[in-house]
Amino acid sequence: MVVTIAGEKKKIKEGTTVAQLIIDENVENADYVTVTINDEFVDSENFDSTVINENDVVEFLYFMGGGSL
Amino acid sequence: MLYLKKEDYDKILKHCVDGLPNESCGLIGGTKDGSDKYIKKVYLLTNLDASNEHFSMDPKEQLNAIKDMRANGYELLGNFHSHPESPSRPSEEDKRLAYDTKVNYLILSLMEIDNPVLKAFNIDEEKNVTVEEIKICDTI
Repeated sequence: MVVTIAGEKKKIKEGTTVAQLIIDENVENADYVTVTINDEFVDSENFDSTVINENDVVEFLYFMGGGSL
Repeated sequence: MLYLKKEDYDKILKHCVDGLPNESCGLIGGTKDGSDKYIKKVYLLTNLDASNEHFSMDPKEQLNAIKDMRANGYELLGNFHSHPESPSRPSEEDKRLAYDTKVNYLILSLMEIDNPVLKAFNIDEEKNVTVEEIKICDTI
């Protein structure tokens, strides 16, 4: 099935979960990535159970923060 | 080399000065040509921490900025934040929280308010820091 990942249309296997997609896409520092599907934020606790569906739009967002000390 | 329009530099500076005494932050989007990166648009984001010592970008604003970049044919080139009272160099926390090794990290020091200093850095997985030169131009 076809989905859009980080702006690119890609074919993935049916039943692919967010956790598997993170592995398949070789996402670096995955523990610090926020995932959205169709603009909805997915709780990291649900990465293993959330299945990607046909035509979903998936984004990976790195946490961006820091400090001056 | 990172190319930044003067008007976009002024936007970053105003955002960060307006945000004092707290740190301010945002994203930069644009295009790449080899090792040259051209900042085409700056996104002024909210520092959810509202602190003068640290910042966290609002993920919803972050998502909207990324979507706007895609709509304009830009890619995420990096982010920026201010250091209200310290020099323009990555702090230990900046390095620790630099999870995306593919982007530039810009820091605007306002410790001398009449002499703001903007620098850009690369931070790799081992947390090694290198400087990326910035050229501020009238047009790019």
